[in-house]
Amino acid sequence: MKRFFIISMCTLCCNLVFSQETQSETKKDTTLLQETIVIAQRKLSNYRQEKTLSSIDAYLEKANKVTMIKRGNYAWEPSINNMMSDRLNVTIDGMQIFGACTDKMDPITSYVDVSNLEQVSINSGQEGAENGHCVGGGIDLQIAPSKFYNSGLKTNIDLGYETNGDYKTTGLDLEYSSNKFYLNTDAIFRKSDNYKAGDKEEILYSQFQKYNISLLSGYKLANNHTLESNIIYDKATDVGYPALPMDVSLAEALITSVTHRYKNDVTRVKSLESKLYFNTITHIMDDSNRPEVPIRMDMPGWSDTYGFYSKVTLKEKKHNLLVNLNGFYNKSLAEMTMYPNDPNQPDMFMYTWPDIRTLYTGLFINDNIALNAKESISTSLRLGFHQNKIAKKVGVESLQIFHPDISDSKNRFLLSLSGEYTIKKDKFDATLGIGYGERAPSVSEGYGFFLFNSFDNYDYIGNPNLKNEKALEFNSKINFKFKALKLGIVSSFFHVSNYIIGEIDDTVNPMTIGANGVRIYEALKHASIFNTYLNTSYDISKKISFNSSIGYNYGVGSNNTNLSLIRPLSYLAEINYSTQKFNAALQLEGNGNQSEYSSFYGEDETPAYAILNLNMGNIFHLRNNRLVFKYGIENILDANYSTYADWNNISRQGRNFYLNMSYIIF
Amino acid sequence: MLLVRINEPDRVSTYFSKKIKTLKMKLKYILPILFITLFTTACSNNDDETPVINEVEGLVKIQEITNNDHSIELYNKAGKFNTGYNNVTIRIKDHTDNSYLENANISWTPMMQMPSMQHSCPKSTITKIADKKTLYQGIVIYQMTNTDGSGWSLTFNYNINGEDYTATDTISVTQSEKQNVTNFIGSDGKSYIVALIDPKDPIIGINDLMVGLYKMESMVSFPVVQDYTIMLDPRMPGMGNHSSPNNTDLSYNSTDNMYHGNLSLTMTGYWVLNLKLKNGEGTVLKGEDITESNEKSSLYLELEF
Repeated sequence: MKRFFIISMCTLCCNLVFSQETQSETKKDTTLLQETIVIAQRKLSNYRQEKTLSSIDAYLEKANKVTMIKRGNYAWEPSINNMMSDRLNVTIDGMQIFGACTDKMDPITSYVDVSNLEQVSINSGQEGAENGHCVGGGIDLQIAPSKFYNSGLKTNIDLGYETNGDYKTTGLDLEYSSNKFYLNTDAIFRKSDNYKAGDKEEILYSQFQKYNISLLSGYKLANNHTLESNIIYDKATDVGYPALPMDVSLAEALITSVTHRYKNDVTRVKSLESKLYFNTITHIMDDSNRPEVPIRMDMPGWSDTYGFYSKVTLKEKKHNLLVNLNGFYNKSLAEMTMYPNDPNQPDMFMYTWPDIRTLYTGLFINDNIALNAKESISTSLRLGFHQNKIAKKVGVESLQIFHPDISDSKNRFLLSLSGEYTIKKDKFDATLGIGYGERAPSVSEGYGFFLFNSFDNYDYIGNPNLKNEKALEFNSKINFKFKALKLGIVSSFFHVSNYIIGEIDDTVNPMTIGANGVRIYEALKHASIFNTYLNTSYDISKKISFNSSIGYNYGVGSNNTNLSLIRPLSYLAEINYSTQKFNAALQLEGNGNQSEYSSFYGEDETPAYAILNLNMGNIFHLRNNRLVFKYGIENILDANYSTYADWNNISRQGRNFYLNMSYIIF
Repeated sequence: MLLVRINEPDRVSTYFSKKIKTLKMKLKYILPILFITLFTTACSNNDDETPVINEVEGLVKIQEITNNDHSIELYNKAGKFNTGYNNVTIRIKDHTDNSYLENANISWTPMMQMPSMQHSCPKSTITKIADKKTLYQGIVIYQMTNTDGSGWSLTFNYNINGEDYTATDTISVTQSEKQNVTNFIGSDGKSYIVALIDPKDPIIGINDLMVGLYKMESMVSFPVVQDYTIMLDPRMPGMGNHSSPNNTDLSYNSTDNMYHGNLSLTMTGYWVLNLKLKNGEGTVLKGEDITESNEKSSLYLELEF
């Protein structure tokens, strides 16, 4: 901690030194090799049935390499390159934040809403290492930057209704901006009843309700210096998880930060951004709505994170340098109390996350070198120190049942390296990349104690002795243009060694009633994960266009069993019609049969499916104001289906009519 | 100092509170020394009076058993006898000058009066506590009691400077809530008693399990059984009767004449320690394996925390 503060103070001092330097340099455009999803623009867009009031989850799902694991109708868990939370680095505007649920019912994406964000940046593999170590990739949920527009007061009102689940959404956004000062406040409320799958099958415990408010303000200290503060409060109550044996009565997050920004186009130091942040999450799992359970239990969890980052971008001749120094301190605690059916027996209690403290400090350096007008090379390095500590003695003692030799703390050094070559020509562009990354086990993997996984029906025990997981990665991206036809192929291959996964321990009795057994987190020697997507688009005329995408994924472990949650053959075809004031798109989306499923890790074969969606949009200008309508039908044919990503095969939404309306008042 | 404590989650404060703790630890040693120095200087005028040290501090008196000459004071932590294992601290007061005897040779006989007969129970000999002047100690395992706590009596025979004394009285033994002792007849036709001794304060984790095993040779003779094996399978009946990993069977330790093993408890609550007793040849004398159809061994102890 001491070191942590010293380093952060040093950075802040360095910042001041850096900002003194001045040297003129011409601006050169560099391509960011990342997928960026723009959110809530309240404009007409024909890109994959966009609803202005979609949840973050629905926005994320549009990205090629992202799929959302669904345990219900709320708080979907993102996966990139077929790798889930533990292998990803998910941040909010560069801030580290960790869910407080031991059963992954609260991915970070569930604690922000579209009203808070401007865009989401999705980075595959080691491209995602800017904010932290990862194997699969990184997601950064980005808050809108400085809004010194001098545009006075601007108001947005959003209303949404969906027939399936009687889903209502209301949003209000107020923004005042001058040259010196801005204030932005927004609130959004969502409420949905149980949704209905195809053939009017009601999915019980799929309801949810949440609201989110945020306050963003900024003040211009001097010409190039701004100071901003941001507070997000998000509270979900009565969230059902039809695929799980428990629901959530409260998921609450407070996310706060203060940011200093320096920007200058004429100096060598282009920008400098430093942030101090704190966030706290409370997550309460309970089963009080379920009529029959083998035993009643409460499973609350808490996660607090304190952190900072300081990043600087520099430009020197051909070099575009980004340096990011960051650090955080997280405290994760979760407990479980079980109430025996026999009232004479006392309550049973254990810590499922025995107050794990994680301290991390690391440095990231990226250099993008423009070789010539058409070619560039990008190299990145991240070095980090990662420490876990078990703060509760009872936590050490309980884990010693399984791992007698452990102590209360564990230090790790983590490394990430990547290199990329990009060429851009008129009819062709390509990117080739290679990367190496390491990650520390997550709190559950390292320190979880009897975490029940309803997917394979096993209790999981953490293992503090796990080695770092290491991944070697190759990726390529090639695009061709032939007049109106565009063709693109994106592929990644990961060779992951020490692949962390639960191994069955026959000698241990499961704690959860009805569980098949106990799995202790161990490492497979290695695992291979591969994915490739072929994207095509063809402009038939100025108004009509056609898009399609076909994806193939593959994942196998060194024990010759398939990995679980690997996407089967997937496809998407879309025909669009768009003019200035109206657009419409008809979309066919589906998966092939999941033949390469992993029965060893609790999967069964998911049959093929295909659904049809229709979406339309209109825009009206009323004096200075703007009115945007988005409406359509999802799953037109009311198919009853589930995908490989649906936890325990729960069926997805059946036919749904929706209407979103946004009114923008200047 | 208080402020620092409130901010527990912060590592800085834990760091500081650790510092404060070590400071406190140091104070803990420094202060008494200071006080003692002050005290002894203050008292230096009356050299004859040595300060009276209360050797039974932290213990609660259970009862006194008296005769004309002496009072035998019985102490333990709870201040009462329970069924199962009792660790008793004994002190004998001389009625003539209210001093405590420092060199008595004591033996004892607990006795249960039943309607048709009477019997004793397992017990240790009484020994002087090494670093105490006036205290003696012994263990006794009451295997049963009447519902109102009556039935037991305790007789002390002791010898001071070659002279024999005796004192006897009824005592009250409360029934423990959980089964921490059990007596049974093994398949060899002999009568045994098993008693839980440790852990007294169980933890979530691996506990040192200590159990006493005695054979009932006669109504008054309960010798320790040596070199048998007690197999252990702890279960939680409130939660699907699940077990816990990495327990070890109990084996005999000749230094303390007890059986020791590892007992792992994965959570707080009510646990049944299912046991199986095997003699030196490996023959099962009592107890069964836990299966789907058999949720509990006929030989078990209980634990709650």
